[in-house]
Amino acid sequence: MPDRPFVLALSVGNRRLVSAVNAAAEALGIAPGLSLADARALHPALAVAEADLAGDAAALRRLAQWCNRYSPWTAPHGVDGVFLDVTGCAHLRGGEASLVRDLVERLLRQGIVCRAALADTAGAAWAMARCGSSDSAIVPPGAARQVIAPLPVVALRLDPALAGELERLGLRRIGDLYALPRATLAVRFGDKVAECLDQALGAAAEPLLPLPPTPMRWTRCRFAEPIGTPEAIMAAVHRLIQRLCRSLGDEMLGARRLVLSSHRVDGEVAEVTVGTARPSRDARHLFRLFAERLGAIDPGLGVEDMLLAAPVVERLAAAQLRIALSPPEENAACGKPESARVAAEADGNIVVFPAGRSAARPRAPAPPADQDGVDAAELAILVDRLANRLGLRSVGVLVPRESHVPERAQRLAPLFAPAKGVWRFDRPRPIRLLPRPEPIEAMAPVPDDPPISFRWRRLQHRVRWADGPERICGEWWRGNEDGEALRDYYRVEDEAGRRFWLYRDGLYRPLATPRWFLHGLFA
Amino acid sequence: MIKTGKSGRLEALRRRLWALERAGRQSRAVLPFGLGPVDEVLPGKGLTLAALHEIAGAGGEEEDGAVAAAFLAGILARLKPGLPVLWCLAVGDLYAPGLAALGLDPQRLILVRSPRTQEVLWAMEEGLRNRALAAVVGEIDTLSLPASRRLLLAAEASGVTGFALRRWRSDRVAAAQRLAPNAAQTRWRVAPQAGDVSAGEPGVGRPRWQVELWRCRGGVAGSWVMEACDATGHMSLVAAMADRSAAQPDSYAG
Repeated sequence: MPDRPFVLALSVGNRRLVSAVNAAAEALGIAPGLSLADARALHPALAVAEADLAGDAAALRRLAQWCNRYSPWTAPHGVDGVFLDVTGCAHLRGGEASLVRDLVERLLRQGIVCRAALADTAGAAWAMARCGSSDSAIVPPGAARQVIAPLPVVALRLDPALAGELERLGLRRIGDLYALPRATLAVRFGDKVAECLDQALGAAAEPLLPLPPTPMRWTRCRFAEPIGTPEAIMAAVHRLIQRLCRSLGDEMLGARRLVLSSHRVDGEVAEVTVGTARPSRDARHLFRLFAERLGAIDPGLGVEDMLLAAPVVERLAAAQLRIALSPPEENAACGKPESARVAAEADGNIVVFPAGRSAARPRAPAPPADQDGVDAAELAILVDRLANRLGLRSVGVLVPRESHVPERAQRLAPLFAPAKGVWRFDRPRPIRLLPRPEPIEAMAPVPDDPPISFRWRRLQHRVRWADGPERICGEWWRGNEDGEALRDYYRVEDEAGRRFWLYRDGLYRPLATPRWFLHGLFA
Repeated sequence: MIKTGKSGRLEALRRRLWALERAGRQSRAVLPFGLGPVDEVLPGKGLTLAALHEIAGAGGEEEDGAVAAAFLAGILARLKPGLPVLWCLAVGDLYAPGLAALGLDPQRLILVRSPRTQEVLWAMEEGLRNRALAAVVGEIDTLSLPASRRLLLAAEASGVTGFALRRWRSDRVAAAQRLAPNAAQTRWRVAPQAGDVSAGEPGVGRPRWQVELWRCRGGVAGSWVMEACDATGHMSLVAAMADRSAAQPDSYAG
């Protein structure tokens, strides 16, 4: 909403305050801190949205992370600033001026309006960015003292009350403070003013606390000698997966996708990707997914380096883990699986409760189940195996879609996607719906009647009973072709008792031969 | 069905053998049809769970298997409702609103699609090893004895029930496969049955099926005319007498 007045509102106590404004709102005289009622009085049609402080903070953090492209030392500051320590980095971008230009342009392209400044100290850069005259100022080394002198005292990162006090005493500009004795400043206004001034001029140190680097979720395994046998590759992959799962466990994450890159001696790289339906860090499960695909790796003269990365991860609480991991050294804390329990029934049948996965396990906690009693974790393991072998699109669930056009009323969706909608079966619907309606030769004596016989797949069917028509119109909002479509559906039964779903395409026209299609089969 | 003394003894022997074969594997849980004459012939008075069953279409339904799928949907609707069903197929022509009308909640279905029979069999076996499922259905055209044996073993080990829904893509495959032996516990043939004339109502009535149990380990074969499942998956018998010819006008008797 660039041109309409738009503000973000925030509840403070029982007041609603404007927390941020766009340019159009600013032009009307609406400023942050104004009460929402006053802002609405200024402009009744004001668009208002709720401020999301936590979301803003997270976005700022992501922005600071993004700035890692310029320097490894970046930190979010306040609610709307990011500090970058580009010491020793500027030459990588062709100098300070081109670094700042690049930064501003890239942010603009993302829709982020910003002001950038580069100076000897964080304080001076902050002052120039907030209060300077230019959108992207660069203060030459050693010139900070002169450059910030004409700026208002607020530019020293003082809180507004303190800055107001200074201004009342006539100390309007930063330069005005230079002449004052330090002791006087400290006595009159506390340490804060002197400290901020020192930080801006570089007389006091101001370390930045950089963001912790995003952990790289990968492990690698280099081999002293290139390996080539399937067993060796399997063993290496097994070890990689265990290591990765352990580090994912430390972060309470589960992998949704894993990429295994095998670097061959001759420089070729073979990649194998597996995906999971739910986040997983179950080493055994992930290994089984890979085990089926490892045949695709051609070791050539040998593989000298393997890298396993988890590019897509999601949060995964510890409760969703399976109990038993395959290697014994990792199993120490988990407890051994129990041996099969055998109980004899009265009539001589023998009931075996297999160990591990049955409701009869006395000690181990029950597998996590959702409200239907479905073991989702177990199911996810199955779905992963199926999807990784047959393709992600070959496994899914049917979900309803709000459409009365039969072929659109259902679609195949990935498992564990949130389901919505309900199935409607108030009208007779076939159990098999042909992937596309098949044209049939039909004989219908009366225009608006069902056919008395039709020919489908080289077989003649004589209609004995028929129900209908049920008229289904195309969905006009989908465009011209669909909008004019009209089908009259009939449910017919042939002499053998087979029941079909036929339709006549379009309205009856006196001279045109009506086109008939078979669309589905009833039970 | 009247049994001579010899075949009766044979039957008893078969039952004993069957019981010996099954001992120690799994308790004999069954799913009754709720139809007296049908449950009577099945061992354990119902469809054995944790086993493999075969259902094929007949009477023109060999290729599409619509009636067979509906018969199966009625069984699945009553089999461990709440647990998901893995349905492996080659052609994605299953229509959920039609299944819902037969009592099978489409949300329970997990579809797996692969054009190759080998992959469908593999998916079935994977499913049959997974205890989180209620049942596994595979629409397959050729099923060899070893392949069916693998499925049976997987089903017995996990307690998941497997259904082989036979769909033959051509008459030639159908002829070769229809009677080929496999390890299925029961083998069913379901054909559509022409509607009831005597009811005197216009339009297509409630569908009827000719359901034939032509092979049943430890049980007796039988044939019935049933009315299609209602919205809870329950079927009903049309006539008390089995094996009547389709030409005879049907009447409601019991």
